[in-house]
Amino acid sequence: MDSFYNEVLTEHNLHPEHKHELEGANYELLGVNPSCGDEITLKLKVEDNIIKEGSYVGDGCAISQASADMMLDLIIGRPKEEALHLADVFSRMIKDKISEEELEELEEAGVLQNISHMPARVKCAMLGWRTLKTMFEETPNA
Amino acid sequence: MKTEEIIRIRQDFPLLSQYPETAYLDSAATSQKPIQVLDRIERYYREENANPLRGLYSLSLKATEAYENARKAAASFIGASGSEQIVFTRNATESLNLIAASFGDLVLKEGDEILISILEHHSNLLPWQQAAKRKGAVLKYVECDEYGEISREAFGAALSERTKLVSMTGLSNVLGTAPDIKTFAAMAHEQGAYFVCDGAQSVPHIPVNVKDLDVDFLVFSGHKMLGPMGIGVLYGKEELLSKMPPFLYGGEMIEYVTRDSATYAELPHKFEAGTVNAEGAVGLRAAMDYYNRLGFAAIEEWENELSEYAFQALQSVPHLKLLGSPDPLSHHGIFTFTLEGVHPHDISEILSADHICVRAGHHCAQPLMKFLKVNSTARASLSFYNTKEEADRLCDSLKTIRRRMGLS
Repeated sequence: MDSFYNEVLTEHNLHPEHKHELEGANYELLGVNPSCGDEITLKLKVEDNIIKEGSYVGDGCAISQASADMMLDLIIGRPKEEALHLADVFSRMIKDKISEEELEELEEAGVLQNISHMPARVKCAMLGWRTLKTMFEETPNA
Repeated sequence: MKTEEIIRIRQDFPLLSQYPETAYLDSAATSQKPIQVLDRIERYYREENANPLRGLYSLSLKATEAYENARKAAASFIGASGSEQIVFTRNATESLNLIAASFGDLVLKEGDEILISILEHHSNLLPWQQAAKRKGAVLKYVECDEYGEISREAFGAALSERTKLVSMTGLSNVLGTAPDIKTFAAMAHEQGAYFVCDGAQSVPHIPVNVKDLDVDFLVFSGHKMLGPMGIGVLYGKEELLSKMPPFLYGGEMIEYVTRDSATYAELPHKFEAGTVNAEGAVGLRAAMDYYNRLGFAAIEEWENELSEYAFQALQSVPHLKLLGSPDPLSHHGIFTFTLEGVHPHDISEILSADHICVRAGHHCAQPLMKFLKVNSTARASLSFYNTKEEADRLCDSLKTIRRRMGLS
C-alpha cells in the first residue's frame, strides 16, 4: 500500500504543471468533497470545441491534487467529447475495472488504478474528473 | 499504572490482541471494547433476552432488571441522585438533539441567546443552530485562546441577561482542553441560564460528577468509553426532565392512550419510545464496571503519563505543528497536528500503511478549524490501553512521511 505514493503521484502533487490561474477561461467550476474539505476550481479555455488551455487552483490531499494535474495533462488539446470519454474511463478504472487498452488511453493517470482498492480515497481521485464532467454537462456550450 | 499492567490490560481487548501490529490511536472517535463488555452482551442474548419493560413473565422481568440495573449503574457513575434522571438514547448526539428539541422548544423565546463555545463538535452546534432558527433565538459563541482554553473573562463577557441556555463540551475532541465546567455552570446559573454539558469526550477520561458540577444536563456516548455503539446517556435534573414534552412517540412511553389523546409515562420512560437497546445498556454497564474496577485515579495517572510522553515525542518530529496547549496535560491524550507540506489525509494514509490508526479531517468541528485557521488536521488520540511504545511508533513513522511524499 505504501508504494501507492509513487514518484509519479508525489511529483504531480509537489510540482503540479497546471496549478495556476487562467486568464480568459470560458469554463470555470468549483468542485468540493465536503466530507474531507478537498476543493479544486477547474478552469478551461475551450475554442471550437477543443480544450485549448486548462488549469486548476485549490487545496486538498496529494491524490486529489495530483489526479487533477494528470487529468489536465491528458485533456488539454482534445475535443470536449474525448475529455468526457476519458473521464468515463477514469471513473470506471477507479470504481470498477477497465481493459488494458483503456488503461493505456489514460496514460500517466493510470497510476491511480490502485485507488480502486482504497474505497476511502475514491472521491479524492475523482474530484477533478467529476468537476470536469459536471462542468460540461451543466454548460454544454459556453 | 506501569507498562506491565498496561500489557496485561491490553489482553482484555480482543481486537488489540487480534492485530498486535496495529497501533490504535483513534479512541476519541471510538474506543476498543474489553472482553467483559463483549461477553456481557452475548450473555444478555443467551440468558436474559425478552422485550424489557413489557412482558409479565419471568424472562421479561429478567431483561427489565438487567436494563434498569444498567440505568442505576449509569446514575451512580456520574453521581446522579436517582436513575429516573437517566434517559438512554443512541448516543451523545441524540441526547443533545433531544434536549434542543424538547427542552429548547420549551424554554426558548424570541430574542433569547443560546451560548456555545467555538470548541464544540457539530453535535453540540447544529441542534442549537436549528433550535435558534425555530424559536427566533440567537446562537452565540464564546471563543477560546490560541491554546484552546476558555477564560472566565471571555465566558463572562459572552453571557448576558438574554442568555437562556449554555451548552459546552467537557473536553474538546480537537484540542483536548477541558473547559472549567463547574465555574461556567455556576456563572450561567447566576445569570438565570441553564447549562448543558457535552460529556462525550470528558466522561471517558476524567471523573464527572453532575452534583459537583451542578450542570442541568449531561450527555455522553457509550461507544467512546468501552461500551457498544448505539447506546448513549442523557442526564437531566428531575424538575427539568419532568416538565419536558416527549421527543419521540410510540410504544412503552405512554400511560394511557385514547383515539385522540394520550398521557405519558413517568420519567425516564417517557423519553424512551419503542423497544429499548437492552444489549447496549447492559454492555455499557459492563463498560462502567470495567472503569470502576480500574478506577479513575489509575486511569488518569496513566493517561497523563502517556500524554506527557507523547507530547515530548511529537516535539521531536521535524515540520510537525501541534495545535493547542503547550502544556501536555491540557491535551488529555488528544494530539491534533499538521505536517508541513503533507495533507492530513495523506498523513493518515501513510500511517495506515505502517499500521497506525489516526483520524484526519475536520473532526466534525468546522467552525473551530476555521477559527484555528487550518483546513484539516490529523489527530492521534490515546486511551489508557495505549503504550509509550505506540507513541514512539507514531513519531517514528511521522518522521518518514515527508520523505515518502517526495519532500526533504
